[in-house]
Amino acid sequence: MAKGVKPRVKVPKTAAAGETITIKTLISHKMETGRRKDGDGQVIPRSIINRFTCAFNGENVVDVNMEPAISVNPYFQFDANVPEAGEFTFTWYDDDGSVYEKKKSIKLA
Amino acid sequence: MNFTRRETLAVSGATLVATLLPLKLMASTPDLISDITGGVKASSGGIDLTAPEIAENGNTVPISVDAPGAVAITVLAAGNPTPGVAKFNFGMGSGSQSCTTRIRLAGTQDVIAVAEMADGSFSAAHQTVKVTIGGCGG
Amino acid sequence: MKITSLLPLALCITALASVVTAGEDSTLSIEGEVFLTKTAAPAHLENVDEIFSGWTYRRDETQALQMDDFDNPSFVFIDQALDQFEMVDGSAGKACSSCHESAEGFSGLRASMPRVNSAGELETIPELINNCRTERMGAEKWKWSGGQMSAMLGLIGLQSRGMPLNVAIDGPAASFWEKGKALYYQRVGQLDMACSSCHEDNYGNMIRADHLSQGQINGFPTYRLKNAKLNTIHGRFKGCMKNIRATPFKEGSEEFKALELYVASRANGLSVETPSVRN
Repeated sequence: MAKGVKPRVKVPKTAAAGETITIKTLISHKMETGRRKDGDGQVIPRSIINRFTCAFNGENVVDVNMEPAISVNPYFQFDANVPEAGEFTFTWYDDDGSVYEKKKSIKLA
Repeated sequence: MNFTRRETLAVSGATLVATLLPLKLMASTPDLISDITGGVKASSGGIDLTAPEIAENGNTVPISVDAPGAVAITVLAAGNPTPGVAKFNFGMGSGSQSCTTRIRLAGTQDVIAVAEMADGSFSAAHQTVKVTIGGCGG
Repeated sequence: MKITSLLPLALCITALASVVTAGEDSTLSIEGEVFLTKTAAPAHLENVDEIFSGWTYRRDETQALQMDDFDNPSFVFIDQALDQFEMVDGSAGKACSSCHESAEGFSGLRASMPRVNSAGELETIPELINNCRTERMGAEKWKWSGGQMSAMLGLIGLQSRGMPLNVAIDGPAASFWEKGKALYYQRVGQLDMACSSCHEDNYGNMIRADHLSQGQINGFPTYRLKNAKLNTIHGRFKGCMKNIRATPFKEGSEEFKALELYVASRANGLSVETPSVRN
């Protein structure tokens, strides 16, 4: 597991049935491109988050394939449809095999 | 130092070639779009790409894509060492087929978004983002 | 000699203010709180009538990053500092939270630093933190601009966000302030430039593609897009000195501490914006 990786998500606590809500996510990650060299001229190996997914009650909201051109501390903002109360699952996949997961539940207003 | 007309033309010609050279190395926008669509012609409507005209720093450039009815949107940066940036696949739970993120741009270049619609057609949009070279800040 | 030394400055700085779209008239509000990003200059400033936060010189996209705490990447580091605050470190088996119930107790501190302590020394927040670490926790000092220090400075500074900067420049602070002022106007380095060459004589103009600010420090530590981390005040001073081809003073040196006091006093009246976002 890469050092200091911490996911943050912003989801409203409640929504009306069928409402579209905006979600923001951010994960602290250095997103090393694999194109930089260290002081000794050695290539620093690529180490990025290569995929991010958000699902609501098991249904895919968005599934993102990511390349090294995504900035440090990857940030996404997108909309989800909330047909019922339930739980969002956010998952980030690291090049090193680590998987970071965060869950947020939402109630009907 | 005095230049004759001929010398001036020679110098400006050489400068022009030197300016154009880096552009040649950059992947062309139509080619990149065609790679995504598999040669199918992409229409220009139906997709919005929002990016700053001038980015203060190429490290963090905010962009948004929005293509109502798309199943996926691919974002490319034509002038990066590798053009791929991200592919957003929208599921049944999505509230809109849009997404905002922050990307890295190696220099002034075209940012491209290609949407794949549910019926298999494609829409594409592109915008040039100028990446400035700072004095002290950048 | 005069002419050659001025040449780089003349080449770098061109008045392109009309092209710049940054919003000097935009309003900075975060979570409903409105910040003072321009105000009348403090009385001691002789050559400037109005002072502007560096935020006003940034383009819309960069400005927007600071207007929402989720969008502001600084908060990644603030989160780390919150964890650090609770973390036991050193031979005494203490964390910050062993003595300080919460970071909120530091409300107001950032707005009045640096200040002169009872021993007559000019003290800064990094020194207060390191004193706690070595004297009370039995822990190692943090590096002045290291990741842990800049994150903790961000967390402590955040507690004063929105308060007007108000550092004392009279009484025991006067001699330090005078020293800082002399440094501010002292031309140094191969380019023979002073802080004032850019930040007093040319703010609002372009230096290559950058919009020169007044060099106010009310938002530090600041997250810079350039290096994607929180940057300290002395770290920025060092960067400026390198840019003008001068040998920088050391972070934490008496020179930089005095300069910090003087530069902070130039922003007296502006809201603390810690942790801000700049390019």
